[in-house]
Amino acid sequence: MATLLTGGRKRQLGRPVSIVGAGLSQFGAFQDKTSRDLFVEAFQDLLENLDQGMDVADIECGYIGNYSADLFEGQGHTAPILADWLGMTPTPVTRIENACASSGSALREGIMAIASGMYDVVLVGGVEKMTNLPTEGVTDVLASAADGLYEVPAGLTFPGIYGALAKAHMDQYETNLTHLLKVGIKNHNNGALNPKAQFNSTLRTMMERRMARAEQRGEPVPDWQDEMDFLNDDRANPWIAWPLRLYDCAPITDGASCVLLAAAEIAGSFTDQPVQIVGTGQASGRPLHNAAELTSLAAAREAAAQAYAMAGVGPADIQVAEVHDCFTIAEIVAIEDLGFFEPGEGPRAVDEGRTALHGDRPINTSGGLKAKGHPVGASGVAQVIETFHQLRGEAGLRQVPNPNLELGLTHNVGGTGGTCVVNILRRV
Amino acid sequence: MATEVREFNAAAFYAYLKEGRFMGVRCRDCGQLSAEARPMCPSCHRREMEWHQFSGRGWLSAFTCISVVPASLAAQGYGRNNPYCSGIVTLEEGPRISARILGVDAANPQNIPTGMALTLNLAASVAGENPGLVFEPG
Repeated sequence: MATLLTGGRKRQLGRPVSIVGAGLSQFGAFQDKTSRDLFVEAFQDLLENLDQGMDVADIECGYIGNYSADLFEGQGHTAPILADWLGMTPTPVTRIENACASSGSALREGIMAIASGMYDVVLVGGVEKMTNLPTEGVTDVLASAADGLYEVPAGLTFPGIYGALAKAHMDQYETNLTHLLKVGIKNHNNGALNPKAQFNSTLRTMMERRMARAEQRGEPVPDWQDEMDFLNDDRANPWIAWPLRLYDCAPITDGASCVLLAAAEIAGSFTDQPVQIVGTGQASGRPLHNAAELTSLAAAREAAAQAYAMAGVGPADIQVAEVHDCFTIAEIVAIEDLGFFEPGEGPRAVDEGRTALHGDRPINTSGGLKAKGHPVGASGVAQVIETFHQLRGEAGLRQVPNPNLELGLTHNVGGTGGTCVVNILRRV
Repeated sequence: MATEVREFNAAAFYAYLKEGRFMGVRCRDCGQLSAEARPMCPSCHRREMEWHQFSGRGWLSAFTCISVVPASLAAQGYGRNNPYCSGIVTLEEGPRISARILGVDAANPQNIPTGMALTLNLAASVAGENPGLVFEPG
């Protein structure tokens, strides 16, 4: 097991908190949709799927994760605008910004609002509309989550920092480029089973489509034998920030997510199948150049230690997990930081198929950020939604084949480890 | 020469760089060094900082070669067909810092050795509108 930090003293919630419903928009690129349209779509999905229905007026408070509608859409003060479009004013709503961990952090605020005794029913969610800007513009907006005074002036982009981390992992362990690509293949295999995913297809299918298109156009057909061939082709899969290629990176995505939280004592009025949040942890971390280790995110280890301590479980007890694979290397580092595998053993676990849907430690059954898509502010809660569905046995074709599924975990990272939120969910 | 005490911030850090000096800070209380100019020691939380000149020598601890580049580097001709190298430099005084690495073949990153000795290139660090640390082999 990885060396976990102490997590300070063991913390407990003031009272138990349950997730009673979930809603997710379609993930993808939607030219004419704004943040508010995407969030309405997620909210409608929540209302339609809430087992026993609800009155919107019952929601007492809301926390919405959003990284940067300001820069992506020129829209600040997003939370009350969303409240208006949901028809829930004058309910108090607050936007939470922690880069790609914005909605993971929003969820924690909601948990604490209920645990404190102040509210019984809270809406938490996240939204990001990213595709208005060209790729260069998105690169600059995402880079603003890094240190603007000492990382950005050094030319480091968001993929660049993870690229440096990947290189450090390759130098320290036996990690190679093939291990990275295999994470992407695995997550696309899962995404192909997720109708909400931006890439609802395997990399093999995407490769075959490219070959068919070339043939139709009378162009030379690439002689890729399998998806690894395709992924190693510099033209089909160009470098973004060596050793990371295009298909090592999560896509640019529009999407929204939301869950309804309720005090566990009243969860039964919304659903017969609530999922309880039994552990939650959050930590901050330093830029990579100030990190004690270049191959691990200290904030992830600390957040995990807090969540495990609160839940009274350890890494071996977790049966399914959604981890923050903004880049393929990030999933390898995550499964090591969470203690699922020893430091340096993550790549072998991927190689052996242990993290696949039918492996002994299924990771990112939704397709992960890589295939499901990564609307940055929405991703933390979207991870929680996948875990909610898995624990309730309603994940459809991508349901983990484990009849005793009880414990799941989510791991949501902001920036390159500046923030990490870990939650542990239990089927009640 | 009159003792000049500049505030411990990034404006002063980059102003020093333009004057030809790589100045970080040292905590007079606990001795902690930082290549970033900070007004407060992150270790002991006191404000007893002093400027500390770094030698500009170190080695390459991790790096990446970037092909999808930010607007500021696209303006310098970098891009898909002309990647640049950036990484984490461990300074000989101990702290690490992020920097761009010149004088390496960024189109062939497998040939760039981690651990290679580096020296600060002051002129390249302050060229252009946006100063930033630049190191090169040597």
